[in-house]
Amino acid sequence: MDVPFWKKLTAALLFVGLLFVPYLIRLSESANLDAETAANRESSMERYGFYLENRADELGIRFTHQRSDLDPQLDHIEAQIASVGASVSITDVNMDGREDIYLTSSAIGTPNALFVQQPDGQFTESASSFGLADVNTAELGVSMGAIWGDMDNDGDEDLFLYRWGTPTVYENMGDESFFRMVANNGLPRHVNANTALWTDVNRDGILDLFLGGYYHEDVNLFHVTSTRLMPDSYEYATNGGLNYLFLGRGDGTFEDVSKEFGIQVDRRWTLASTAADLNNDGYPDLILANDYGVDQIFINEEGRQFRESGEEMGIGFAPKSGMSASVADLYGTGEYSIYISNISEPGVLMQGNNLWVATGKREEVPSYQNIAGSVGVERGEWGYGGLLTDLNNDGYPDLYLANGYISDEPGTDYWYDYAKVVGGHKEIIIDAKNWPAMNGRTFSGYQRNKIWLNSGSGKFREVGAAVGGTEITDSRAVAMIDLHKDGSQDLVVANQHQPVLVYHNHQEPDRKWIGFRLEGSQSNRSAIGAEVLIHWDQRVSRQTVHGGNAFSSQSQRALLFGLQDTKTVERAEIRWPSGVVQILNEPETGTYHTVLEPSSLNGSRLLDVSRPSDGATTSNESYSPDAIKTSILPTPSNL
Amino acid sequence: MSSTQILQPLRLQSLPKTMIGPLLITGLLMAAHLSFGILDTWSKLFTAIGATVLTEQVLHRFMTGSWRNLSSSYVSGISAGILVRSPLFWPFALTGAISIASKYVFRYRGSHIWNPTNFGIVVMLILASDHMAVLSIQWGNNMWAMAVIWLVGLFTIYKVNRFHICATYILAFLAFAFLRSGVTGELFLAEIAPLTGPMYQLFVLFMITDPKTTLPTKRGQIVVAVLIAFTEMIFRFFEAVYAPFYGLFIVGPISIFVWHWLQDRKNTVS
Repeated sequence: MDVPFWKKLTAALLFVGLLFVPYLIRLSESANLDAETAANRESSMERYGFYLENRADELGIRFTHQRSDLDPQLDHIEAQIASVGASVSITDVNMDGREDIYLTSSAIGTPNALFVQQPDGQFTESASSFGLADVNTAELGVSMGAIWGDMDNDGDEDLFLYRWGTPTVYENMGDESFFRMVANNGLPRHVNANTALWTDVNRDGILDLFLGGYYHEDVNLFHVTSTRLMPDSYEYATNGGLNYLFLGRGDGTFEDVSKEFGIQVDRRWTLASTAADLNNDGYPDLILANDYGVDQIFINEEGRQFRESGEEMGIGFAPKSGMSASVADLYGTGEYSIYISNISEPGVLMQGNNLWVATGKREEVPSYQNIAGSVGVERGEWGYGGLLTDLNNDGYPDLYLANGYISDEPGTDYWYDYAKVVGGHKEIIIDAKNWPAMNGRTFSGYQRNKIWLNSGSGKFREVGAAVGGTEITDSRAVAMIDLHKDGSQDLVVANQHQPVLVYHNHQEPDRKWIGFRLEGSQSNRSAIGAEVLIHWDQRVSRQTVHGGNAFSSQSQRALLFGLQDTKTVERAEIRWPSGVVQILNEPETGTYHTVLEPSSLNGSRLLDVSRPSDGATTSNESYSPDAIKTSILPTPSNL
Repeated sequence: MSSTQILQPLRLQSLPKTMIGPLLITGLLMAAHLSFGILDTWSKLFTAIGATVLTEQVLHRFMTGSWRNLSSSYVSGISAGILVRSPLFWPFALTGAISIASKYVFRYRGSHIWNPTNFGIVVMLILASDHMAVLSIQWGNNMWAMAVIWLVGLFTIYKVNRFHICATYILAFLAFAFLRSGVTGELFLAEIAPLTGPMYQLFVLFMITDPKTTLPTKRGQIVVAVLIAFTEMIFRFFEAVYAPFYGLFIVGPISIFVWHWLQDRKNTVS
């Protein structure tokens, strides 16, 4: 081309301009970050409505997770295989009305911890006296997580402990002791499980169990017979552990219905799970975050079976590394969005996290679109637990994301060797002995957790640097707990091979809130799967009681809604798993309402409970079934 | 990658020559995406294609006064859409724009000296690695899609008489992997693992065989293939994940300069 010089110069200038684009974008991002970092506690509370402060020591919660010590054949990559197991679950273990905290450890011989809250707000470690400390043994395996639910409807919370080993139920005897249910309880002998949840899939009033396998169940990571135990592909793996569904019998035993219910359709590497009624048919659906592959949605078909519908719903197609699954009504529409965290490492692997929002309905199931990028919650790091909770009580759930994989020798990096192997053929990647030794190198370590505030208008803003709560840790599980029952959404963060953090949430005092403690009667007594929809300020906010959520965590069962500065709630609608819908008119704000599920009256399903004038809606008091004033029969679609 | 030029000699008389490249790479993309879902979203692919097509048309019109056939920029856009991995949109657009713009800025004796996509990828890795990565994982274990890619690629390469470049590079890579294994103590299998992944399949089949940026003689092409593998080995010793791209980025233009210098000297002597 015979081109005039000025044209060449113009093209060159354009080219140079293109090269400056990343710099300008980074400049813009760092300008925002500096402004955020400059904030302090007072200005943070004024600007964002809250501030997080780690008060684990002051509260008496001192616990350090210990990672597993695996078979010597895996020594060279033990740090990455034994990279999970730090979990947290919130329960009221002694039914004294105060939330307690259970934390797991993952090395044989190390104890789990149960921190029981005392009347003065301090916590006392009591796992040994409850019989829940020495549960990591060579015989049973090591803890990966714990979930609580009243499996026998006797009024107290029982424990299901999932392990790399034998999954075990511990029955709460009601006298501050637990009885380990062993043998002939219907549970498998060995599962390398990294997720589980209580749910009532057939709404019979008895809790059922979902259990997700990660490594193949034939693999014993403490005594391996073959090193061919790694995933056979980085994003299309087909050799993970089986998933299970057990129907509860109400006596601590279970019936394995995994195959009949269509749960064991493949062998993905399930790392996290949660349940919610996505298609509004009254039955809980299952959302699975799968490592090394696509995520899955199992639609519950009237409690008879599940249908894997992830691809049909737009979710289960592009494979990533699913690490956590959680749902929330993010925009006050009464519809659940789904957040699934993945892995992003600049320059090496940029999967981005997924935020799926419902965009319509396709053949009886909602269709979803990933809007994480457009709303600003896509770029995490090595993500684990992503908890959707309303940190500033403005009525819109925010996002706390646990980050950080393995913080080892500073200044070192395992990514090159990792990328080399995971790009290889399955015959290479599947065999642990082909994986280069880590030799104490850091692997996506020394990362900060992230906090994104939901503006409610469609955008999220990262504020971690300003509001606290983002120490550099290898964080795994995050659970919400209202430590002082004052409506502030405090957090417990379990860290791998590191001490636990307990963040007290300093709330801006003018923020309003309302809470609900539900207790089932026809439904399971823990009310797991029950939903509360509050109508306020011309919008509706919806939450469900979870029996396990995000990554290896379970938040407090009592539901907590932020109301910003709104003092009144028009009504609260409680959808019990039994099908009963209960209406509470103008429930008082600034308190928890303990609500007992009313008995069914003459076949009526919708119950209207007006707020008693005598103040019966105060915390820890209950609506009496006598207060039921009207009954309306709904159509099935109302349920 | 300018696979359009590679594919033009194919005797597929029923199709216009400029359509062969785009159709083949579209077929490869569809096979991989429909079987494995390699694309996060279609919109990011379209962003990359839009950027390359727009940049090509604007620059070509500006520089020459005429419109450019879209096939080359379309192929570059698809390449960027496959290779770039980012949750953001702008890295796809910018990679495409830089790739095409490089063709109009860095020219030597009437031709560009870098494979456009290779240039765009490397520049983005240098300038924007905190916002993007490059495809480096397996597409899956079902081998039929991979077999399609290999068969179509090798068939094309064979028809355009460039099979020796691929073969030389692969043999050199294996030899240097053996050497690396001996030096680092890592297993040989771990060292050759990347070669079995899709990033290398695209790199080997299309990028290093780009006729616009390879030497005209068979001997020269073989030497350059070995040098690329050698340079890559050096980068691998420094734990560069995307070593092959860096190798081609450095060796490609230098080999063109040296070849012309040698030709000039030869002509002067004769």
